Amino acid sequence: MIRKLWPIFTRDLALLTRGAQGRGGAVLPLLFFLAVAMLFPFAVGPDARLLARTGAGVIWVAALLAAILPLDRLVEPDVEAGLFDQWALRGISEEALLAVRVLAHWLSFGVPLMLAAPLSAGLLSLDAQQLWTVELGLLLGTPGLAAIGVTIAALTAGMRAGAALGGLLAIPMAVPLLIFGAGSLQPDGEGGLALLAACSLVALAVAPFAGGAAIRAGRE
Amino acid sequence: MQECGLVATDIACRRGDRILFRGLSLSVRAGGIVHLAGPNGIGKSSLIRILAGLLRPYAGTVERTGTIALADERLALDGHQPLAQALVFWQRIDRAEPEQADFGLADLLDVPVRYLSTGQRKRAALARVAASGAPLWLLDEPLNGLDTYWSSKAQVAIAAHCRAGGAVVIASHQPLSLDAVKEIKLLDFQV
Repeated sequence: MIRKLWPIFTRDLALLTRGAQGRGGAVLPLLFFLAVAMLFPFAVGPDARLLARTGAGVIWVAALLAAILPLDRLVEPDVEAGLFDQWALRGISEEALLAVRVLAHWLSFGVPLMLAAPLSAGLLSLDAQQLWTVELGLLLGTPGLAAIGVTIAALTAGMRAGAALGGLLAIPMAVPLLIFGAGSLQPDGEGGLALLAACSLVALAVAPFAGGAAIRAGRE
Repeated sequence: MQECGLVATDIACRRGDRILFRGLSLSVRAGGIVHLAGPNGIGKSSLIRILAGLLRPYAGTVERTGTIALADERLALDGHQPLAQALVFWQRIDRAEPEQADFGLADLLDVPVRYLSTGQRKRAALARVAASGAPLWLLDEPLNGLDTYWSSKAQVAIAAHCRAGGAVVIASHQPLSLDAVKEIKLLDFQV
């Protein structure tokens, strides 16, 4: 099974990172993430204290919105092209495929976000301690965002206007991650990180099964 | 080639509110070819998907022995990749001995899949099926879009596959020029 999943994983990762066929690749969410951090000081003014107090929350909102951008290309193109049918014929379960895809999606979306976070932190005048908490929070939270993204993408694959609907569905599901992620940056908010990790784990555990059931139901 | 066979018993197919056909039984063993014939919308493609196990029949059972290769209207090759790489992706998953069949793709191997013409796409799908090493082929309109030359070449490849111990189910509204084909007219089972 691993031997069959490895080529699929490398393909998924290459597609999601580089982008092709009208898929934007990993660059688009990254630029979006940085753009939000860049626009925010323009909107509220350059007061460093205000920025430092609100900046961490802005980073989390930017991360959540960036997670929505690639939704429509996560699963839909492969269902449309018949790849999921062909994998099913080869006895590869949808659950395994989606678990692989969550991992590939996280590598192509979560990791670049963590790499870009220091830049955002600079733009929002966060100090080193806050940046460290943001990075830790992103490390714990972005796997959950990736899992939610893949679940929603599988649920909306094959629907008209699936992309717009996907964004609307993903936001409420990602709210707990946002609350605990941003909350961990408040004074004495370290407990938020544990809850953030818990939310991520739930999303990761549910994603392959919910998404797999959605893809099978989509065949009917 | 591994053992293969397909037995479908008393299949009924429902799409939406309509029962397309019912009471359909068919079996194909190694070396056999079944031709599902009938006009558009009669349920040929749905039956192929039922036989492949991708669609649940409304009634009836399907027993399959051996692995299945499916070629339907979905190409399942990455459009941005050159044809050679797109085919290699499936070979890396299947790790099978590809069957020797000529679909005239040698000159097209470095062409991105999305630039292929209708007939070339069909030939690419057949090449993917032949390379899978699966004994049981389910082909949905395999001759659509092929010119007369490649249409006959494709049927030669299908016949060769059967001689080598494979089995083939073909859904096609076109007449086939293959020997020893068992034809099943879906109109006979229409509700």
